[in-house]
Amino acid sequence: METFVFLFATGVSRGLVIALFALSLVIIWRAARIINFAQAAMAIVAVFVAFTVVGLTGSYWAGLIAALATGALLGAIIERGLIRRVPHVTPLPGMIVAIGLVMVLQAGLGILFGPEHRPVQAPFSESPFVVAGIPVLSPYDLFVLVVALAVLVGLGLLFNRSTLGLQLRASAVAPEVSRLLGVRVPRMVTIGWMLSASVAALAALLLVPTELGLSAHSADILFVQAFTVAVLGGLDSPIGALLGGLIVGVLITMVTGYLGAGYAPLAVLALLTAVLLIRPGGIFALKEARTA
Amino acid sequence: MTEVVTENQPRRTSPPMLSFQSLTVAYTGSPVIDELNLDIQDGAVVALLGANGAGKSTLLRTASGLLAPRAGRVQLDGQDLTSVAVENRVRLGLAQVPEGRSVVTELSVDENLHLGGLWRYRDRSDRNAAVDQMYEMFEPLWRRRMSLGHELSGGERQMLSLARALISEPRVLLLDEPSLGLAPRVVAQLMTLLRETADRTGLTVLLAEQNVTSALSIADRGVVLGLGEIVVDAPAADLAADPALRQAYLGF
Repeated sequence: METFVFLFATGVSRGLVIALFALSLVIIWRAARIINFAQAAMAIVAVFVAFTVVGLTGSYWAGLIAALATGALLGAIIERGLIRRVPHVTPLPGMIVAIGLVMVLQAGLGILFGPEHRPVQAPFSESPFVVAGIPVLSPYDLFVLVVALAVLVGLGLLFNRSTLGLQLRASAVAPEVSRLLGVRVPRMVTIGWMLSASVAALAALLLVPTELGLSAHSADILFVQAFTVAVLGGLDSPIGALLGGLIVGVLITMVTGYLGAGYAPLAVLALLTAVLLIRPGGIFALKEARTA
Repeated sequence: MTEVVTENQPRRTSPPMLSFQSLTVAYTGSPVIDELNLDIQDGAVVALLGANGAGKSTLLRTASGLLAPRAGRVQLDGQDLTSVAVENRVRLGLAQVPEGRSVVTELSVDENLHLGGLWRYRDRSDRNAAVDQMYEMFEPLWRRRMSLGHELSGGERQMLSLARALISEPRVLLLDEPSLGLAPRVVAQLMTLLRETADRTGLTVLLAEQNVTSALSIADRGVVLGLGEIVVDAPAADLAADPALRQAYLGF
Protein backbone atom coordinates (compact mmCIF):
# COMPACT_ATOMS: atom_id res chain seq x y z
CA MET A 1 0.00 0.00 0.00
CA GLU A 2 2.76 2.44 0.96
CA THR A 3 4.61 1.69 -2.23
CA PHE A 4 1.43 2.10 -4.23
CA VAL A 5 0.63 5.54 -2.79
CA PHE A 6 4.18 6.74 -3.36
CA LEU A 7 4.32 5.39 -6.91
CA PHE A 8 0.90 6.77 -7.75
CA ALA A 9 1.69 10.27 -6.49
CA THR A 10 5.06 10.30 -8.25
CA GLY A 11 3.38 8.94 -11.36
CA VAL A 12 0.85 11.77 -11.42
CA SER A 13 3.61 14.35 -11.13
CA ARG A 14 5.64 12.64 -13.83
CA GLY A 15 2.48 12.19 -15.93
CA LEU A 16 1.71 15.89 -15.88
CA VAL A 17 5.17 16.65 -17.29
CA ILE A 18 4.59 14.11 -20.06
CA ALA A 19 1.12 15.62 -20.57
CA LEU A 20 2.65 19.09 -20.93
CA PHE A 21 5.09 17.87 -23.54
CA ALA A 22 2.36 15.90 -25.34
CA LEU A 23 0.20 19.02 -25.29
CA SER A 24 3.01 20.94 -26.95
CA LEU A 25 2.98 18.34 -29.75
CA VAL A 26 -0.81 18.68 -30.02
CA ILE A 27 -0.57 22.49 -30.24
CA ILE A 28 1.92 22.30 -33.10
CA TRP A 29 -0.03 19.56 -34.85
CA ARG A 30 -3.19 21.64 -34.70
CA ALA A 31 -1.44 24.81 -35.83
CA ALA A 32 0.70 23.40 -38.62
CA ARG A 33 -0.26 19.75 -39.20
CA ILE A 34 3.30 18.72 -38.43
CA ILE A 35 4.60 16.24 -35.89
CA ASN A 36 7.58 18.19 -34.70
CA PHE A 37 10.31 15.62 -34.23
CA ALA A 38 12.67 18.45 -33.25
CA GLN A 39 10.55 19.34 -30.19
CA ALA A 40 12.86 17.59 -27.70
CA ALA A 41 16.04 19.04 -29.18
CA MET A 42 14.53 22.54 -29.22
CA ALA A 43 13.37 22.14 -25.62
CA ILE A 44 16.81 21.01 -24.49
CA VAL A 45 18.45 24.02 -26.14
CA ALA A 46 16.11 26.18 -24.06
CA VAL A 47 16.99 24.23 -20.91
CA PHE A 48 20.74 24.72 -21.55
CA VAL A 49 20.08 28.45 -21.86
CA ALA A 50 17.99 28.31 -18.69
CA PHE A 51 20.69 26.64 -16.58
CA THR A 52 23.31 28.97 -18.00
CA VAL A 53 21.12 31.82 -16.75
CA VAL A 54 20.70 30.06 -13.39
CA GLY A 55 24.50 29.75 -13.21
CA LEU A 56 24.97 33.44 -13.97
CA THR A 57 22.20 34.89 -11.80
CA GLY A 58 21.84 32.23 -9.14
CA SER A 59 18.08 32.45 -9.55
CA TYR A 60 16.02 29.42 -10.63
CA TRP A 61 13.12 31.72 -11.50
CA ALA A 62 15.23 33.75 -13.91
CA GLY A 63 16.19 30.43 -15.51
CA LEU A 64 12.54 29.38 -15.77
CA ILE A 65 11.64 32.62 -17.53
CA ALA A 66 14.69 32.24 -19.78
CA ALA A 67 13.53 28.72 -20.75
CA LEU A 68 10.05 29.98 -21.69
CA ALA A 69 11.45 32.94 -23.64
CA THR A 70 14.10 30.87 -25.44
CA GLY A 71 11.46 28.28 -26.35
CA ALA A 72 9.18 30.95 -27.83
CA LEU A 73 12.04 32.59 -29.70
CA LEU A 74 13.29 29.28 -31.11
CA GLY A 75 9.74 28.36 -32.13
CA ALA A 76 9.33 31.63 -34.02
CA ILE A 77 12.74 31.43 -35.70
CA ILE A 78 12.32 27.80 -36.78
CA GLU A 79 8.77 28.31 -38.07
CA ARG A 80 9.50 31.55 -39.95
CA GLY A 81 12.99 30.70 -41.10
CA LEU A 82 12.70 27.02 -41.86
CA ILE A 83 9.37 25.19 -41.71
CA ARG A 84 7.41 27.91 -43.57
CA ARG A 85 9.76 27.52 -46.52
CA VAL A 86 9.21 23.77 -46.77
CA PRO A 87 6.52 22.63 -49.24
CA HIS A 88 3.29 21.70 -47.43
CA VAL A 89 1.67 19.43 -50.02
CA THR A 90 2.24 16.47 -47.70
CA PRO A 91 3.35 16.43 -44.03
CA LEU A 92 6.47 14.44 -44.95
CA PRO A 93 8.90 17.22 -46.04
CA GLY A 94 8.24 19.17 -42.82
CA MET A 95 8.88 16.10 -40.68
CA ILE A 96 12.11 15.28 -42.49
CA VAL A 97 13.35 18.86 -42.05
CA ALA A 98 12.47 18.56 -38.35
CA ILE A 99 14.52 15.37 -38.05
CA GLY A 100 17.44 17.15 -39.74
CA LEU A 101 17.03 19.95 -37.24
CA VAL A 102 17.37 17.45 -34.36
CA MET A 103 20.80 16.47 -35.66
CA VAL A 104 21.91 20.07 -36.10
CA LEU A 105 20.72 21.17 -32.64
CA GLN A 106 22.07 18.13 -30.78
CA ALA A 107 25.41 18.30 -32.61
CA GLY A 108 25.59 22.02 -31.81
CA LEU A 109 24.96 21.36 -28.11
CA GLY A 110 27.57 18.58 -28.17
CA ILE A 111 30.17 20.93 -29.64
CA LEU A 112 29.38 23.72 -27.16
CA PHE A 113 28.81 21.77 -23.95
CA GLY A 114 30.39 18.35 -24.49
CA PRO A 115 28.79 14.92 -24.24
CA GLU A 116 28.64 14.49 -20.44
CA HIS A 117 25.54 14.73 -18.25
CA ARG A 118 25.73 17.90 -16.20
CA PRO A 119 24.24 17.55 -12.73
CA VAL A 120 21.33 19.90 -12.19
CA GLN A 121 20.03 21.10 -8.85
CA ALA A 122 16.27 21.09 -8.30
CA PRO A 123 14.92 24.29 -6.70
CA PHE A 124 13.19 22.26 -3.97
CA SER A 125 14.09 19.13 -2.01
CA GLU A 126 13.58 15.81 -3.74
CA SER A 127 13.15 13.73 -0.60
CA PRO A 128 9.48 12.90 -0.05
CA PHE A 129 7.12 14.20 2.61
CA VAL A 130 6.08 11.45 4.97
CA VAL A 131 2.37 11.36 5.88
CA ALA A 132 1.38 8.87 8.58
CA GLY A 133 4.49 6.87 7.98
CA ILE A 134 3.91 6.71 4.24
CA PRO A 135 6.27 8.61 1.89
CA VAL A 136 4.08 10.56 -0.53
CA LEU A 137 5.51 13.34 -2.68
CA SER A 138 8.72 15.31 -2.62
CA PRO A 139 8.45 19.10 -2.44
CA TYR A 140 9.87 19.18 -5.97
CA ASP A 141 7.18 16.77 -7.20
CA LEU A 142 4.61 19.08 -5.64
CA PHE A 143 6.18 22.07 -7.38
CA VAL A 144 6.06 20.23 -10.72
CA LEU A 145 2.45 19.30 -10.08
CA VAL A 146 1.42 22.88 -9.33
CA VAL A 147 3.31 24.43 -12.25
CA ALA A 148 2.05 21.84 -14.73
CA LEU A 149 -1.54 22.22 -13.56
CA ALA A 150 -1.30 26.02 -13.69
CA VAL A 151 0.03 25.91 -17.25
CA LEU A 152 -2.64 23.41 -18.33
CA VAL A 153 -5.40 25.58 -16.87
CA GLY A 154 -3.83 28.70 -18.40
CA LEU A 155 -3.67 27.08 -21.83
CA GLY A 156 -7.28 25.92 -21.47
CA LEU A 157 -8.37 29.49 -20.72
CA LEU A 158 -6.24 30.91 -23.51
CA PHE A 159 -7.69 28.57 -26.13
CA ASN A 160 -11.30 28.61 -24.97
CA ARG A 161 -11.87 32.05 -23.46
CA SER A 162 -9.72 34.51 -25.41
CA THR A 163 -10.07 35.96 -28.89
CA LEU A 164 -6.51 34.84 -29.64
CA GLY A 165 -7.54 31.30 -28.73
CA LEU A 166 -10.62 31.54 -30.94
CA GLN A 167 -8.41 32.53 -33.86
CA LEU A 168 -5.88 29.79 -33.07
CA ARG A 169 -8.60 27.14 -33.00
CA ALA A 170 -10.27 28.40 -36.17
CA SER A 171 -6.99 28.62 -38.10
CA ALA A 172 -6.12 25.10 -36.99
CA VAL A 173 -9.19 23.42 -38.41
CA ALA A 174 -10.25 25.81 -41.18
CA PRO A 175 -7.33 27.94 -42.39
CA GLU A 176 -8.92 29.06 -45.66
CA VAL A 177 -12.24 30.13 -44.13
CA SER A 178 -10.34 31.85 -41.32
CA ARG A 179 -8.36 33.93 -43.81
CA LEU A 180 -11.58 34.93 -45.55
CA LEU A 181 -12.81 36.18 -42.16
CA GLY A 182 -9.72 38.32 -41.71
CA VAL A 183 -7.77 36.05 -39.37
CA ARG A 184 -4.02 36.42 -39.96
CA VAL A 185 -3.47 32.68 -40.28
CA PRO A 186 0.31 32.79 -40.94
CA ARG A 187 0.71 34.77 -37.71
CA MET A 188 -1.45 32.22 -35.86
CA VAL A 189 0.84 29.43 -37.09
CA THR A 190 3.87 31.29 -35.74
CA ILE A 191 2.13 31.90 -32.41
CA GLY A 192 1.25 28.20 -32.28
CA TRP A 193 4.92 27.28 -32.71
CA MET A 194 6.00 29.80 -30.07
CA LEU A 195 3.45 28.54 -27.53
CA SER A 196 4.26 24.94 -28.28
CA ALA A 197 8.04 25.34 -28.02
CA SER A 198 7.64 27.32 -24.81
CA VAL A 199 5.49 24.63 -23.19
CA ALA A 200 7.92 21.91 -24.32
CA ALA A 201 10.85 23.86 -22.87
CA LEU A 202 9.03 24.12 -19.55
CA ALA A 203 8.27 20.39 -19.51
CA ALA A 204 11.93 19.57 -20.19
CA LEU A 205 13.07 22.04 -17.54
CA LEU A 206 10.79 20.39 -14.95
CA LEU A 207 11.95 16.91 -15.94
CA VAL A 208 15.73 17.33 -16.04
CA PRO A 209 16.40 17.50 -12.25
CA THR A 210 14.66 14.14 -11.74
CA GLU A 211 16.72 12.45 -14.45
CA LEU A 212 20.43 11.71 -14.84
CA GLY A 213 21.21 15.35 -15.53
CA LEU A 214 21.42 17.68 -18.48
CA SER A 215 22.77 16.54 -21.84
CA ALA A 216 21.79 17.08 -25.46
CA HIS A 217 19.70 13.90 -25.24
CA SER A 218 17.98 14.49 -21.89
CA ALA A 219 14.52 14.98 -23.41
CA ASP A 220 14.64 12.18 -25.98
CA ILE A 221 12.81 9.66 -23.80
CA LEU A 222 10.32 12.37 -22.81
CA PHE A 223 9.62 12.91 -26.51
CA VAL A 224 9.01 9.20 -27.09
CA GLN A 225 6.65 9.01 -24.11
CA ALA A 226 4.84 12.22 -25.06
CA PHE A 227 4.57 11.14 -28.68
CA THR A 228 2.98 7.90 -27.47
CA VAL A 229 0.59 9.95 -25.36
CA ALA A 230 -0.29 12.27 -28.24
CA VAL A 231 -1.07 9.30 -30.47
CA LEU A 232 -2.99 7.63 -27.61
CA GLY A 233 -5.10 10.67 -26.94
CA GLY A 234 -5.51 11.70 -30.57
CA LEU A 235 -3.19 14.34 -31.99
CA ASP A 236 -6.07 16.82 -32.20
CA SER A 237 -7.19 16.45 -28.61
CA PRO A 238 -5.76 18.56 -25.74
CA ILE A 239 -7.88 16.62 -23.22
CA GLY A 240 -6.49 13.41 -24.69
CA ALA A 241 -2.95 14.70 -24.12
CA LEU A 242 -3.73 15.46 -20.46
CA LEU A 243 -5.42 12.16 -19.65
CA GLY A 244 -3.00 10.15 -21.79
CA GLY A 245 -0.07 11.81 -20.00
CA LEU A 246 -1.46 10.89 -16.59
CA ILE A 247 -2.09 7.29 -17.66
CA VAL A 248 1.38 6.85 -19.13
CA GLY A 249 3.07 8.62 -16.20
CA VAL A 250 1.37 6.38 -13.64
CA LEU A 251 1.99 3.29 -15.78
CA ILE A 252 5.72 4.07 -16.06
CA THR A 253 6.23 4.60 -12.33
CA MET A 254 4.11 1.57 -11.38
CA VAL A 255 5.95 -0.75 -13.77
CA THR A 256 9.31 0.71 -12.72
CA GLY A 257 8.44 0.37 -9.03
CA TYR A 258 6.99 -3.14 -9.09
CA LEU A 259 8.80 -4.81 -11.99
CA GLY A 260 11.95 -2.78 -12.59
CA ALA A 261 12.94 0.15 -14.78
CA GLY A 262 13.77 -2.08 -17.73
CA TYR A 263 10.11 -3.00 -18.20
CA ALA A 264 8.76 0.58 -18.33
CA PRO A 265 9.48 1.29 -22.04
CA LEU A 266 8.00 -2.12 -22.90
CA ALA A 267 4.82 -1.30 -21.00
CA VAL A 268 4.49 2.03 -22.83
CA LEU A 269 4.96 0.35 -26.21
CA ALA A 270 2.49 -2.41 -25.30
CA LEU A 271 -0.08 0.26 -24.42
CA LEU A 272 0.59 2.09 -27.68
CA THR A 273 0.18 -1.12 -29.69
CA ALA A 274 -3.05 -1.99 -27.91
CA VAL A 275 -4.57 1.44 -28.54
CA LEU A 276 -3.51 1.47 -32.18
CA LEU A 277 -5.14 -1.93 -32.65
CA ILE A 278 -8.39 -0.94 -30.97
CA ARG A 279 -8.71 2.75 -31.88
CA PRO A 280 -6.18 3.76 -34.55
CA GLY A 281 -7.24 7.39 -34.45
CA GLY A 282 -6.51 7.68 -30.74
CA ILE A 283 -8.85 7.37 -27.79
CA PHE A 284 -10.05 10.95 -27.78
CA ALA A 285 -9.57 11.70 -31.48
CA LEU A 286 -11.91 14.04 -33.26
CA LYS A 287 -12.58 13.40 -36.89
CA GLU A 288 -9.33 13.70 -38.80
CA ALA A 289 -10.36 15.85 -41.76
CA ARG A 290 -9.96 19.59 -41.87
CA THR A 291 -12.95 21.53 -43.07
CA ALA A 292 -10.76 23.73 -45.32
CA MET B 1 -21.57 42.12 -74.16
CA THR B 2 -24.05 44.74 -73.03
CA GLU B 3 -23.01 47.16 -70.35
CA VAL B 4 -25.60 47.90 -67.73
CA VAL B 5 -25.45 51.40 -66.35
CA THR B 6 -28.34 52.66 -64.30
CA GLU B 7 -29.30 56.32 -64.29
CA ASN B 8 -28.37 57.10 -60.72
CA GLN B 9 -24.89 55.60 -61.01
CA PRO B 10 -23.05 57.61 -63.63
CA ARG B 11 -20.01 55.58 -64.73
CA ARG B 12 -17.66 58.50 -65.31
CA THR B 13 -17.68 60.00 -61.83
CA SER B 14 -17.25 56.93 -59.64
CA PRO B 15 -15.34 53.73 -60.38
CA PRO B 16 -17.27 50.44 -60.37
CA MET B 17 -17.47 48.84 -56.91
CA LEU B 18 -15.91 45.63 -58.22
CA SER B 19 -14.03 45.38 -61.48
CA PHE B 20 -12.30 42.51 -63.26
CA GLN B 21 -9.90 43.72 -65.92
CA SER B 22 -8.46 41.43 -68.61
CA LEU B 23 -8.46 38.71 -65.98
CA THR B 24 -6.87 35.39 -66.88
CA VAL B 25 -6.76 32.57 -64.33
CA ALA B 26 -5.30 29.11 -64.84
CA TYR B 27 -4.59 26.20 -62.51
CA THR B 28 -2.28 24.40 -64.93
CA GLY B 29 -2.18 24.70 -68.70
CA SER B 30 -5.14 26.31 -70.43
CA PRO B 31 -6.94 29.13 -68.62
CA VAL B 32 -10.19 28.63 -66.70
CA ILE B 33 -10.92 32.36 -66.95
CA ASP B 34 -9.74 33.96 -70.18
CA GLU B 35 -9.26 37.73 -70.62
CA LEU B 36 -12.44 38.47 -68.70
CA ASN B 37 -13.74 42.03 -68.21
CA LEU B 38 -16.59 42.72 -65.83
CA ASP B 39 -17.67 45.86 -63.95
CA ILE B 40 -20.16 45.75 -61.12
CA GLN B 41 -21.68 49.01 -59.92
CA ASP B 42 -22.16 49.99 -56.30
CA GLY B 43 -25.26 48.40 -54.80
CA ALA B 44 -25.94 46.02 -57.68
CA VAL B 45 -26.98 42.41 -57.13
CA VAL B 46 -25.44 40.39 -59.96
CA ALA B 47 -26.20 36.73 -60.63
CA LEU B 48 -23.21 34.86 -62.00
CA LEU B 49 -24.58 31.91 -63.96
CA GLY B 50 -23.20 29.09 -66.04
CA ALA B 51 -22.67 25.35 -66.10
CA ASN B 52 -20.39 23.44 -63.78
CA GLY B 53 -16.81 24.20 -64.75
CA ALA B 54 -17.67 27.50 -66.43
CA GLY B 55 -15.36 29.31 -64.00
CA LYS B 56 -17.82 30.82 -61.51
CA SER B 57 -16.03 29.64 -58.37
CA THR B 58 -12.66 30.41 -59.92
CA LEU B 59 -13.76 34.00 -60.53
CA LEU B 60 -14.96 34.43 -56.94
CA ARG B 61 -11.85 32.82 -55.47
CA THR B 62 -9.69 35.14 -57.55
CA ALA B 63 -11.66 38.15 -56.34
CA SER B 64 -11.15 37.19 -52.69
CA GLY B 65 -7.48 36.42 -53.27
CA LEU B 66 -7.54 32.67 -52.67
CA LEU B 67 -6.32 32.29 -56.26
CA ALA B 68 -3.78 34.52 -57.96
CA PRO B 69 -4.52 35.50 -61.56
CA ARG B 70 -2.05 34.68 -64.30
CA ALA B 71 -2.77 38.08 -65.86
CA GLY B 72 -5.06 41.05 -65.40
CA ARG B 73 -6.36 42.43 -62.13
CA VAL B 74 -9.23 42.86 -59.72
CA GLN B 75 -10.18 46.30 -58.41
CA LEU B 76 -12.37 47.18 -55.46
CA ASP B 77 -13.82 50.68 -55.67
CA GLY B 78 -10.90 51.74 -57.86
CA GLN B 79 -8.22 50.13 -55.69
CA ASP B 80 -6.02 47.46 -57.27
CA LEU B 81 -6.13 44.31 -55.11
CA THR B 82 -3.23 42.46 -56.76
CA SER B 83 -0.84 42.76 -53.83
CA VAL B 84 -3.48 42.67 -51.08
CA ALA B 85 -3.55 39.40 -49.06
CA VAL B 86 -6.80 37.50 -48.53
CA GLU B 87 -7.09 38.51 -44.87
CA ASN B 88 -6.64 42.18 -45.80
CA ARG B 89 -9.17 42.18 -48.65
CA VAL B 90 -11.91 41.52 -46.13
CA ARG B 91 -10.67 44.58 -44.22
CA LEU B 92 -11.27 46.64 -47.36
CA GLY B 93 -14.87 45.45 -47.41
CA LEU B 94 -14.73 42.44 -49.70
CA ALA B 95 -16.29 39.38 -48.04
CA GLN B 96 -16.67 35.90 -49.47
CA VAL B 97 -18.94 33.06 -48.43
CA PRO B 98 -17.22 30.10 -50.06
CA GLU B 99 -18.98 27.06 -51.44
CA GLY B 100 -20.05 24.24 -49.15
CA ARG B 101 -21.35 25.99 -46.02
CA SER B 102 -18.06 27.13 -44.66
CA VAL B 103 -19.03 27.00 -41.00
CA VAL B 104 -16.11 26.13 -38.72
CA THR B 105 -17.67 22.91 -37.47
CA GLU B 106 -15.64 22.67 -34.24
CA LEU B 107 -16.78 26.11 -33.09
CA SER B 108 -20.21 27.05 -31.78
CA VAL B 109 -22.59 29.30 -33.68
CA ASP B 110 -21.70 32.12 -31.30
CA GLU B 111 -17.95 31.57 -31.77
CA ASN B 112 -18.36 31.50 -35.55
CA LEU B 113 -20.11 34.86 -35.44
CA HIS B 114 -17.52 36.38 -33.11
CA LEU B 115 -14.77 35.12 -35.38
CA GLY B 116 -16.41 36.96 -38.30
CA GLY B 117 -16.55 40.19 -36.32
CA LEU B 118 -13.11 40.05 -34.67
CA TRP B 119 -11.16 42.35 -36.95
CA ARG B 120 -14.06 44.76 -37.32
CA TYR B 121 -14.97 45.26 -33.65
CA ARG B 122 -11.93 45.43 -31.38
CA ASP B 123 -14.11 46.33 -28.44
CA ARG B 124 -15.90 43.34 -26.96
CA SER B 125 -19.17 45.14 -26.25
CA ASP B 126 -19.31 46.47 -29.82
CA ARG B 127 -18.78 42.94 -31.08
CA ASN B 128 -21.46 41.55 -28.80
CA ALA B 129 -23.87 44.16 -30.12
CA ALA B 130 -23.06 43.22 -33.72
CA VAL B 131 -23.54 39.53 -32.93
CA ASP B 132 -26.90 40.30 -31.30
CA GLN B 133 -27.92 42.21 -34.40
CA MET B 134 -27.19 39.12 -36.49
CA TYR B 135 -29.36 37.03 -34.15
CA GLU B 136 -32.17 39.51 -34.76
CA MET B 137 -31.75 39.15 -38.51
CA PHE B 138 -31.32 35.40 -38.45
CA GLU B 139 -33.63 34.30 -35.66
CA PRO B 140 -33.13 30.53 -36.02
CA LEU B 141 -29.45 31.04 -35.17
CA TRP B 142 -30.30 32.50 -31.75
CA ARG B 143 -31.90 29.24 -30.63
CA ARG B 144 -28.81 27.36 -31.83
CA ARG B 145 -26.18 29.78 -30.54
CA MET B 146 -24.44 27.28 -28.28
CA SER B 147 -24.59 24.40 -30.80
CA LEU B 148 -21.42 23.35 -32.56
CA GLY B 149 -21.21 23.91 -36.31
CA HIS B 150 -21.43 20.23 -37.13
CA GLU B 151 -24.74 19.93 -35.27
CA LEU B 152 -26.50 22.38 -37.59
CA SER B 153 -28.73 21.56 -40.56
CA GLY B 154 -27.67 22.57 -44.05
CA GLY B 155 -29.95 25.59 -44.03
CA GLU B 156 -28.72 26.72 -40.61
CA ARG B 157 -25.13 26.40 -41.74
CA GLN B 158 -25.74 28.50 -44.82
CA MET B 159 -27.54 31.07 -42.71
CA LEU B 160 -24.60 31.15 -40.29
CA SER B 161 -22.07 31.52 -43.13
CA LEU B 162 -24.06 34.46 -44.46
CA ALA B 163 -24.50 36.10 -41.05
CA ARG B 164 -20.79 35.63 -40.31
CA ALA B 165 -19.90 37.43 -43.54
CA LEU B 166 -22.43 40.23 -42.99
CA ILE B 167 -21.37 40.95 -39.41
CA SER B 168 -18.29 42.83 -40.61
CA GLU B 169 -20.53 45.12 -42.71
CA PRO B 170 -18.82 44.42 -46.06
CA ARG B 171 -19.29 46.60 -49.13
CA VAL B 172 -19.14 43.66 -51.51
CA LEU B 173 -20.36 40.13 -50.81
CA LEU B 174 -19.23 37.20 -52.96
CA LEU B 175 -21.51 34.18 -52.57
CA ASP B 176 -20.67 30.81 -54.02
CA GLU B 177 -23.66 28.48 -54.57
CA PRO B 178 -25.55 29.26 -51.36
CA SER B 179 -28.53 27.18 -52.51
CA LEU B 180 -26.53 23.98 -52.97
CA GLY B 181 -28.27 21.04 -51.30
CA LEU B 182 -30.95 23.15 -49.61
CA ALA B 183 -34.74 22.62 -49.74
CA PRO B 184 -36.53 25.04 -52.11
CA ARG B 185 -38.34 26.73 -49.22
CA VAL B 186 -35.04 27.39 -47.44
CA VAL B 187 -33.49 28.70 -50.65
CA ALA B 188 -36.38 31.12 -51.15
CA GLN B 189 -36.00 32.37 -47.53
CA LEU B 190 -32.28 32.86 -47.98
CA MET B 191 -32.64 34.73 -51.27
CA THR B 192 -35.27 37.06 -49.82
CA LEU B 193 -33.05 37.80 -46.85
CA LEU B 194 -30.16 38.53 -49.17
CA ARG B 195 -32.16 40.94 -51.32
CA GLU B 196 -33.57 42.71 -48.26
CA THR B 197 -30.08 43.11 -46.83
CA ALA B 198 -28.76 44.48 -50.12
CA ASP B 199 -31.65 46.97 -50.36
CA ARG B 200 -31.29 48.09 -46.77
CA THR B 201 -27.51 48.43 -46.64
CA GLY B 202 -26.55 49.17 -50.23
CA LEU B 203 -24.45 46.01 -50.28
CA THR B 204 -23.05 44.96 -53.66
CA VAL B 205 -23.57 41.23 -54.31
CA LEU B 206 -21.97 38.85 -56.78
CA LEU B 207 -23.97 35.64 -56.51
CA ALA B 208 -22.68 32.52 -58.27
CA GLU B 209 -25.54 30.06 -58.66
CA GLN B 210 -26.58 26.92 -60.49
CA ASN B 211 -30.10 27.61 -59.31
CA VAL B 212 -30.84 30.08 -62.12
CA THR B 213 -34.45 30.85 -61.28
CA SER B 214 -33.76 31.72 -57.64
CA ALA B 215 -30.72 33.79 -58.49
CA LEU B 216 -32.44 35.79 -61.23
CA SER B 217 -35.47 36.35 -58.99
CA ILE B 218 -33.45 38.63 -56.72
CA ALA B 219 -30.75 39.91 -59.09
CA ASP B 220 -30.64 43.18 -61.02
CA ARG B 221 -28.39 41.72 -63.65
CA GLY B 222 -27.44 38.29 -64.94
CA VAL B 223 -24.01 37.40 -66.26
CA VAL B 224 -23.61 34.01 -67.92
CA LEU B 225 -20.14 32.46 -68.02
CA GLY B 226 -19.23 29.81 -70.56
CA LEU B 227 -15.77 28.27 -70.53
CA GLY B 228 -14.21 31.26 -68.82
CA GLU B 229 -15.79 33.96 -70.96
CA ILE B 230 -18.88 36.10 -70.57
CA VAL B 231 -21.46 34.88 -73.10
CA VAL B 232 -24.44 36.93 -71.94
CA ASP B 233 -24.70 40.06 -69.79
CA ALA B 234 -28.22 41.38 -69.46
CA PRO B 235 -30.76 42.70 -66.97
CA ALA B 236 -31.99 39.82 -64.83
CA ALA B 237 -35.62 40.41 -65.75
CA ASP B 238 -34.81 40.15 -69.46
CA LEU B 239 -32.86 36.94 -68.94
CA ALA B 240 -35.63 35.40 -66.91
CA ALA B 241 -38.31 36.44 -69.41
CA ASP B 242 -36.63 35.63 -72.73
CA PRO B 243 -37.16 31.93 -73.54
CA ALA B 244 -34.66 32.02 -76.41
CA LEU B 245 -31.88 33.40 -74.21
CA ARG B 246 -32.67 30.95 -71.45
CA GLN B 247 -32.77 28.04 -73.84
CA ALA B 248 -29.51 29.00 -75.54
CA TYR B 249 -27.38 29.74 -72.50
CA LEU B 250 -29.01 28.29 -69.45
CA GLY B 251 -30.55 25.14 -70.91
CA PHE B 252 -34.13 25.37 -69.71
